[in-house]
Amino acid sequence: MDLSAINPVVLVASLMVAATPILLAAVGELVVERAGVLNLGVEGMMITGAVCGFIVAVTTGSPLLGFVGAALGGALLSVLFGVLTQFLLSNQVATGLALTLFGLGLSALLGQGYVGVKSPTLSPVDLGPLSDLPVVGPILFAQDIIVYASLLLVAGVWAFLKFSRFGLILRAVGENHDAAHALGYHVIRVRMLAIMFGGACAGLGGGYLSLVRVPQWTEGMTAGAGWIALAIVVFASWRPWRLVLGAYLFGGVAVLQLNLQAAGIKVPVEILSMSPYLATILVLVIISVGRAPGSLGKPFHASG
Amino acid sequence: MTETLLGIEGLTKAYPGVVANENVSFSIKPGEVHALLGENGAGKSTLVKTIYGLVKPDAGRMTLMGAPFEPAEPRAARIAGVAMVFQHFSLFDALSVAENIALGMEDPPKPRDLARRIREVSETYGLPLDPARVVGDLSAGERQRVEIIRCLLQDPRLLIMDEPTSVLTPQEVAILFDTLRQLSAEGTAILYISHKLEEIRTLCDAATILRLGKVVGSCVPKETSAREMAEMMVGGSLHVPERHPAPPGETVLRLSGLSAPSPRAFGTALKDINLDVHRGEVLGVGGVAGNGQDELLGALSGEILVRPGMIEMEGRDIGRVRPNARRRLGVLAAPEERMGHAAAPDMSLTENAVLSAAVRKAMLARGFVRWGQARTYAKEVIAGFDVRTPGPENAARSLSGGNLQKFVIGREILQDPEVFVVNQPTWGVDASAAAAIRQAILDLASKDAAVIVISQDLDELMEISDRFAALNEGRLSAPRPAAGLTVDEIGLMLGGAHDMDVAHLDHAEAGA
Amino acid sequence: MIRLEKRPQPSGIWNAAAPVLAVLLTMVFGGLLFAALGNDPVEAIRTIFWDPLFGQFASFSRPQLLVKGGPLILIAVGLALGFRAGIWNIGAEGQYILGAICGAAVGLAFYPSEAWWLIYPLMIVAGALGGFLWAMIPGLLKVRFGTNEILVSLMLVYVAEQLLASMALGALRNPEGMGFPGSRNLAQHAGTANPEVIAGTGMHLGVATAFIVVILGYILLSRHLLGFHIRLTGESPRAAAFAGVNPGRLILICLGVSGALAGMAGLFEVTGPAAQISIDFNVGYGFTAIIVAFLGRLNPIGILLAGLLMALTYVGGEVASLMLGLPAAAIQLFQGMLLFFLLAVDVLTNYRIRIGRREVV
Repeated sequence: MDLSAINPVVLVASLMVAATPILLAAVGELVVERAGVLNLGVEGMMITGAVCGFIVAVTTGSPLLGFVGAALGGALLSVLFGVLTQFLLSNQVATGLALTLFGLGLSALLGQGYVGVKSPTLSPVDLGPLSDLPVVGPILFAQDIIVYASLLLVAGVWAFLKFSRFGLILRAVGENHDAAHALGYHVIRVRMLAIMFGGACAGLGGGYLSLVRVPQWTEGMTAGAGWIALAIVVFASWRPWRLVLGAYLFGGVAVLQLNLQAAGIKVPVEILSMSPYLATILVLVIISVGRAPGSLGKPFHASG
Repeated sequence: MTETLLGIEGLTKAYPGVVANENVSFSIKPGEVHALLGENGAGKSTLVKTIYGLVKPDAGRMTLMGAPFEPAEPRAARIAGVAMVFQHFSLFDALSVAENIALGMEDPPKPRDLARRIREVSETYGLPLDPARVVGDLSAGERQRVEIIRCLLQDPRLLIMDEPTSVLTPQEVAILFDTLRQLSAEGTAILYISHKLEEIRTLCDAATILRLGKVVGSCVPKETSAREMAEMMVGGSLHVPERHPAPPGETVLRLSGLSAPSPRAFGTALKDINLDVHRGEVLGVGGVAGNGQDELLGALSGEILVRPGMIEMEGRDIGRVRPNARRRLGVLAAPEERMGHAAAPDMSLTENAVLSAAVRKAMLARGFVRWGQARTYAKEVIAGFDVRTPGPENAARSLSGGNLQKFVIGREILQDPEVFVVNQPTWGVDASAAAAIRQAILDLASKDAAVIVISQDLDELMEISDRFAALNEGRLSAPRPAAGLTVDEIGLMLGGAHDMDVAHLDHAEAGA
Repeated sequence: MIRLEKRPQPSGIWNAAAPVLAVLLTMVFGGLLFAALGNDPVEAIRTIFWDPLFGQFASFSRPQLLVKGGPLILIAVGLALGFRAGIWNIGAEGQYILGAICGAAVGLAFYPSEAWWLIYPLMIVAGALGGFLWAMIPGLLKVRFGTNEILVSLMLVYVAEQLLASMALGALRNPEGMGFPGSRNLAQHAGTANPEVIAGTGMHLGVATAFIVVILGYILLSRHLLGFHIRLTGESPRAAAFAGVNPGRLILICLGVSGALAGMAGLFEVTGPAAQISIDFNVGYGFTAIIVAFLGRLNPIGILLAGLLMALTYVGGEVASLMLGLPAAAIQLFQGMLLFFLLAVDVLTNYRIRIGRREVV
C-alpha cells in the first residue's frame, strides 16, 4: 500500500469532476421540490440524458451538442412525469419510481449500438498561465466548462429563487398551492416548467457522466447517482449553496475510495465501493433539520 | 349617491348536482358597506369567487363603474380595483410578510420600498406589522392584517371580506370595524360576508340575503332585527336548544400544569394549563384560531402524549395513555377538521365507524374487525343523528359538511362518553344541523357526562356553556360562570386587542 | 376543453378496469415500439403474451411462469402493505439479496449434512431474518431520526450488491470451485435444495409460500384491525393518529414484513432456480415487484394476477428475444410502460372526465 501516491491537489481537482453530475441533477431537483413536486425519477432522467448525450456527441462529433441532447432527453422524459402527476393527478412517488424504471429500460434500448464506442470528450478550459499556478491552478483553473457551468447554475438558481418575481411565485406555489391558486397563479404551469428544468438538469448530469466522467456508455452507468442527488437536496435543506457542499462531500468520498483502491489499501474493495452509499445514509441521518416546502408531494386539483 | 360601483345581473353558476348561484342580482355603491348574508352552502363563496375572477359564471353579467366586468382571473380583478381578504388559504407560512404581500400585488415595488409602504399603511390604519417576519409565526389576527394590508396597498375600489371576524377577539373586531369605516369614508366599497347578524347590524349599510343560491331578500341592517334577518336566511324559524341546568357533579377530569409542544410546524405549544371539569357540565373554551385549540384536543384525545401527572381522569394518571385506551376509560373526542382527521374521506361510513368506535362498541374479536357490528353501529349513528346519506357503504367525502359533522359527533356521543371533548362542533355547518348538534351536546351533559366544547364562535359558547374559559397563546384562563359574562369581559379573557391599535386618523370616529 | 371532476366516491368499476385498460394500451404502444425496432408488432405481442401459454414450447415455458411469478408475488405483497400505508420500501432488491446470503450461509454451515428437515426450515428463518434486519435499518432510522426511507432503503441495495460480491468471492465461495466466484450449488445438495411441491410444474416451495402469503395478506387487509390501520394511515395519517395508530410501530411492521418476505424470496431463489450465491444471481425482482404491486392495485389478489402477468412478459420476452431477436431492454421498457399507463388511467377511479361545459359568459 502506498498512500503517498495520493496527491491531494489532484484529489480535490478530480472530486469536483466526480461531484458535477450529482450537483447538476440536484440543483434541478431542488427547483422542482421548491415548486412542491417530488420527482423521484432523477435516476431515470439522468441515465436517459447520459445515453442521449452520448449518441448526439458520437453522431455529431461535438461534446457540447451532446450536452444539449442530454438536456433535451432529460427534459422530454420529465414531461411524461409532469403530464402524469400534474394533469392526470397520479401519485408522485409511484410515478417517479416508474420514471426511473422506464428510463433505465429506454436508455438500455437506445444505447444498444453504442456500448464500447468512444465519444469525443471535453478538454479543460484554457485559462493560460492561471492553470499553471501551484495548488489552485489545477483545482480552480483547469476544469472543463461544465464544471464552471454547474457552479454558475447553482448561483443562478440561488439568485432566481431569492430575488426574482418568478422565483417568489415558484416558492409560493411550492409552499401552499391552494393559496397560490386563490391569488390567481397558474400552479400547474409553474410546476410543469420546474419539472422540465429539473429534467434538463438531470439530463445534463447524466451527459456529464457518459461524456466526461467515464467517458463511455454502459447500461445502468448512473449507479444510483440520481438517488444520491435526491439525498443531497434533503441534506441541503432545499438551499442552493448547501448543494455544492453536499455534492463535493460526496464527490470526495467517491474519489478518495477510488484512490484508496488504487493505492492498494488493506480494506476489501467491496467495503470501499459501498462507502459512497453508506456516506449518503449517514448524511441523511445527521441532517434532517430543514423544513420541506409545504405542499411537497401533494397533488393539486383546482375545484370550481 | 345613485351611481353604481358594482352591478350584478342574473348571475348563475351550476356545479354537477348543485346550483351554487341562480339568477343573482344586486348592486353596490361606492363607499357602501354591503353585507352578503347566508348560511353555509347558500352560495356566498361562489359569488365572491366570481367577482374575484376565480370562477366563471354560466350566465349573467357584471359591471364595474358602468363598464362590463368579466375578470378571467384574479389578476384582472385586481387590476380593475377589486381586492379580497380570504377566510382561508391565501397566506404562505414559510414566506415573510413582505413576500406574502408582494405576491398579492400586480407590480410590487422594490423590496425596500415595499417594506416602507407596508409600515406606512399599517400605521395609518392601526394595523402594526413587521414586514420581515415569517408569516407562520404570526397570530391569527396578525395574519389577517397581512391580508388586509395586501389589499389596501392596491387602493382598491371594492374590498371583499370573507368572514373576517371569525379569527378576532371582540376588541379586535371593534378596531377592524373602525378601519373599515375609515375606508368606506374614503370611498372604498366593502362587500362583507358573514353570518354574524349583530356585526352586520353595527357595520353595514345594506344587505343582500342568499338562500340555496338565490337572492331571497335585501334589507337595511340597521333597521332590521337580527331575528328577522335570521329568518330570511334560514327560511323559517330557528330551534333554540333547550337546556336543563343541573348542579355540577364531582370532578372527573383534572389538568394540572399541562404543557406540551406542538407536533406541527408553526403550531402553538400548550403552556401550564390547570382545569377541573365536572360531571354534568359543559365547559366552553373560547379563543381565536391558532391559539392551541388543536393541541389541547390532541392532548386530551391522546394523540399528543404528555408527561405523567398532567392529566388525571377520576384520579388516574392518563397523560401517557394512548387514544384507544383512553376511549376504553370513556374519554372521547371529535377534532375540528372533519376530512382527514375526524374521518378518512375516501373510506366508507362503516369504516369510519371503526375508526374511533372499535373499542367501545365491541367491533373487535381477537384483533379481527367484526364488520357486521361496525355496519350496524354506522346505521345507528346515521339514524340517531339524521345523517342524510343513502347508506353506510358510502364514502365520507360524499357527505355534505353538515351531514359528515353530524356523523362524526354522533359516532362519539352514541358511545356514551364519560368525558367528551369537541373542537368547533358547528364550524361550516348549516343552522339546522348546528342546532341539532348543540342540542345533542346539552343532552349528553344532562346524562352526567363532562363536556368540553372548544369553539371560536362565542355566541355558540354563551348559548351552551355552564362555565367559560379562554385559550390565548397556549394558555387557558381560569374558567368563569358563563351566565352574566359581558362581551367586553370575554374579549379581555381572549387576550384583548393583541396590541392592535385604533386607526390614526381623525375622521375614523366620525364615520361611525 | 377537457377537465377532471372529482367523483363523490371512488369508482369500483374503474378500479378493476384500469389495469386491464393499461395492459391493452401497453400492448398497442408496445407494438408500435416493436414495429419501430423493425419487428412485426402483432407477431411480437403474440410471442410475448400467447406463445408462452399456448405455443409450441408451452410445456417448457408454463412452469417458468410460476418460477418467475413466485418471487415477484411474494415480494410485492409485502411491499403493498407498506405502500398502502404510505411507507415506501423500494429497497426490496437489497433485502432479497440479504435474505439469500443469510439463508445460504446457514445452509452452508451445515454442509455436508443432508438433514433437510432440520436445515431447510432454519435456512428459511435465516433468510426471512436477513431481509427483516436489512429492512429494519431504514425503518429504525425513519422512526428515530425521521430519515427518508425511500432513499435509505435504495442506498442499501447498492450496499447489498457489494456485500453479495464480497460473499461470492470470499466467505461463501465454494472451496472446491477451483477459484471461480460463487458458492456451492445449493439446489443440487440434498440438505439445502428448494424442491418442487408438484414435480414439473415449476411450483417450488417459494411459489407455494407466495400463494399462502397472498391469502394471508388478503385476510390481513380486509379483516384484521392491523390491515385497517394500514389502509387508514395511507388514506389520512392524521385520522390514523386519531384512531390510535402508533405510526412508528406501523412503519416498523410494514418495513419488517416486506423485508422478511423479500428475504424469503431471495432464499427460495438461491436454493432453487438460481442454485447458488453468485455475484449477479439477483435479476431485479425487487424492482419489478414494485410494478407488480401497483399493477395489482396494492391488493393481494390483484398482485397474484399481476405477478403472473409480469412473469409472462419475462418468459415471453425471453422467447421473443430468442425467436425474433427482440432486445432484452425492450422488454424492460415494455414493463415500465405498463406501469406508466396504469398510473395514467388510474385517474378514472377518482375522477370523471368532462368535455366542454366551461364556457365563459
